[in-house]
Amino acid sequence: MNFNDTPDEAQFRLKARAFLEANAPRRERGTQPSRTVDRDAEVIKSAKAWQAKKLAAGFAAITWPKAVGGQGGTPIQQIVYAQEEAQFVTPPGVFDIGLGMCIPTLIKHGSKEHMMRHVKPALTGDEIWCQLFSEPAAGSDVAGIRTRAKRDGDNWIVNGQKVWTTGAHFSDFGLLLVRTDPDVAKHKGLTMFFLDMKSKGVEARPIKQVSGGAEFNEVFFTDVVIPDSQRLGTIGDGWTVALTTLMNERLAVGIATGILGVEDFLALARSSHLDEEPAIRNGAIRDRLAQFFVESEGLKYTRYRMWTALSRGETPGPQSSINKVVSGKLMQDLASLSMELMGEAGMVSGEGPGNGAFQRQWLGAAGFRIAGGTDEILRNIIAERVLGMPPDVRVDKDVTFAQLESARAKR
Amino acid sequence: MEFDFSDDQKLLKDQVQRFLHDKSPLTVVRRVMEGSETYAADVWRGLADLGALGVAVPEAFGGMGLGALELCVVAEEVGRSCAPVPFQSSVCLATDAVVQFGSDAQKAKWLPLLVAGKAIGTLAVAEGARRKPASQLATTFANDKLTGLKTPVLDGEAATLAIVLAGGPAGPTMVLVDLTANGVSRKRVETIDPARKQAEIVFEGAAADVLGERGAGARQLDTLHQRAAVVAAFEQIGGAEAALYMARDFALERYAFGRQIGSYQAIKHKLADAYIKIELARSNAYYGAMMLASGGADLPLAAAASRVAGIEAYEYASKENIQTHGGIGFTYAADPHLHYRRSRLLALTLGGSTVWKNRLVTALEKRNAA
Repeated sequence: MNFNDTPDEAQFRLKARAFLEANAPRRERGTQPSRTVDRDAEVIKSAKAWQAKKLAAGFAAITWPKAVGGQGGTPIQQIVYAQEEAQFVTPPGVFDIGLGMCIPTLIKHGSKEHMMRHVKPALTGDEIWCQLFSEPAAGSDVAGIRTRAKRDGDNWIVNGQKVWTTGAHFSDFGLLLVRTDPDVAKHKGLTMFFLDMKSKGVEARPIKQVSGGAEFNEVFFTDVVIPDSQRLGTIGDGWTVALTTLMNERLAVGIATGILGVEDFLALARSSHLDEEPAIRNGAIRDRLAQFFVESEGLKYTRYRMWTALSRGETPGPQSSINKVVSGKLMQDLASLSMELMGEAGMVSGEGPGNGAFQRQWLGAAGFRIAGGTDEILRNIIAERVLGMPPDVRVDKDVTFAQLESARAKR
Repeated sequence: MEFDFSDDQKLLKDQVQRFLHDKSPLTVVRRVMEGSETYAADVWRGLADLGALGVAVPEAFGGMGLGALELCVVAEEVGRSCAPVPFQSSVCLATDAVVQFGSDAQKAKWLPLLVAGKAIGTLAVAEGARRKPASQLATTFANDKLTGLKTPVLDGEAATLAIVLAGGPAGPTMVLVDLTANGVSRKRVETIDPARKQAEIVFEGAAADVLGERGAGARQLDTLHQRAAVVAAFEQIGGAEAALYMARDFALERYAFGRQIGSYQAIKHKLADAYIKIELARSNAYYGAMMLASGGADLPLAAAASRVAGIEAYEYASKENIQTHGGIGFTYAADPHLHYRRSRLLALTLGGSTVWKNRLVTALEKRNAA
């Protein structure tokens, strides 16, 4: 047992580090990487430039086959690069959704023409993609979407509304799941398209979050025309296509970066007082700290177990599925108790380490526990896919989507 | 990165798992619980034949000469089977105590017997209900004689060798006592896990031998507990997995309100939580094993984390196993209580969660010295 790189990994790490040293400032110890996708045009510009630089140096799309413009590398190389990049200040990942979810879906289900046209500009950072699945009435149950597409010759006319669309306001293209047939069971009447986000009738409005940011949007579609040539997969096969995208989503969302952890909590407990004694001498605080430590270390070494499997060229075991469900609650609880250590000042937005980092984390954690699979859905997934337990009872399985909707309207 | 057991270690694990699956089903646990045996001698002999009692003992003393990682994989399988054998007391504590602190003569005398399963060892520290610091022990060691009362002592009836922590003129000292010699009397103590017999042992001037350094007993005990905490975590993980899958299997068979109870989220999420706790415990324990095997400086912290997570995983999985079974789970005839009992026993033998959480934070403070 050891944490050492293999010779190949060590060599790749050196290359990655050399590239980063030459092109980005080192992150100061104790500062957190910024991954928020905000609305500043300058930030988007710098992110695009960074993507082009990474691609030219061979550090973008590391695991993609060479045939589609990737590096033909291994998952462990991707991880090594990410570990190194985390130590430098780099622009936020506005390409995570496009390159992590949308383009892989396009590669798997699109035509040769689609790939020729769209993969390269996405890789070079010239075009940004977003994902348009969730709706106000369809969150965890995403197959319950209502946005309709109706055939009109060689085109489709789309009406409806999407929500929680990260980066819709600066994206060039979107991956869009719509209902094309309401008279079959809900999973069967879906079709996947992609569209130009500047199409007539598309309107993105920002959603202000609990955390104060506005990374998400609601997106409205009014008589939007999409050519049939922009369909991915067959008509009615949208759910299968969506699963490709969603498989990739948990990998993308599952890693919380830029959060304060156990060591930040320890430092705060050492410098704060509860009544007359240092907080770190308080038994209840020590108990909670030990619990935080066990969870946080447990996740870290679970990742190491996954990397070991990847490093050996094996498929990682199902234990990786615990990552997001544990880390969301952990970041929330740890931030909450940290605020308590600050006393009433814990309520003040800019107070404490990182000028209010615990307060921001506490607010943000509420969203992290929902995005990309809620805690509850993730527990279902563990129960069903890892433990082999039965799926939830689905009362909507054998009825058409139209019947479902009319039953709901009557209630 | 090689953060996993080797193929050879996994092979050993499979071998021990197969043996225990065949020879130590839960009916054997009940046999010991209800009968007059102090432990399952047949299972113990089989483990000795596999070399499992001496994996971490040098070959010169009859062991396999492997290390802590091999001991951990054996422990996981012992835990999974809930085997009624003196594994923790004899292998993880007494044998390890002799390996760590014994003189050449002590090693030569005791290790070959322990490895072969011909001697059974135990560690005797507690003196009744309240936890005492080592400096206040009533058992005394003076002029090579031991006097006092130790209770409860795990496997105190079956053991032929006890490592005893005693007070004395030089301070707390660890001594080695042949329990078959004069001046030793013992009687059974009934406990929450009757599959693992315990005893009260009275020493009346029993001949004893210093193990390690006179006056260093408290420090030696900490070392032993730290090492055993990692191994015990694997035993707890094995037991927790057994309890989790027992609950899962029942939830698939049992119908209520026209459905398998395993299709209700209340049950699914509970068992998912058990899985999560087990994986967190396993990952912590892997790091503990790595520190134990390599003598790494992070051992105090890693051992405490392994212990805390191991206790939590087994206790959660075993109590929710009973809960998932419903009324039948509270009957003596059903098996869930076997793990419920064992989980509590393993949570108490080396000091409970509260103690170890405090130690964890102390170790963390030390590592992150301000």
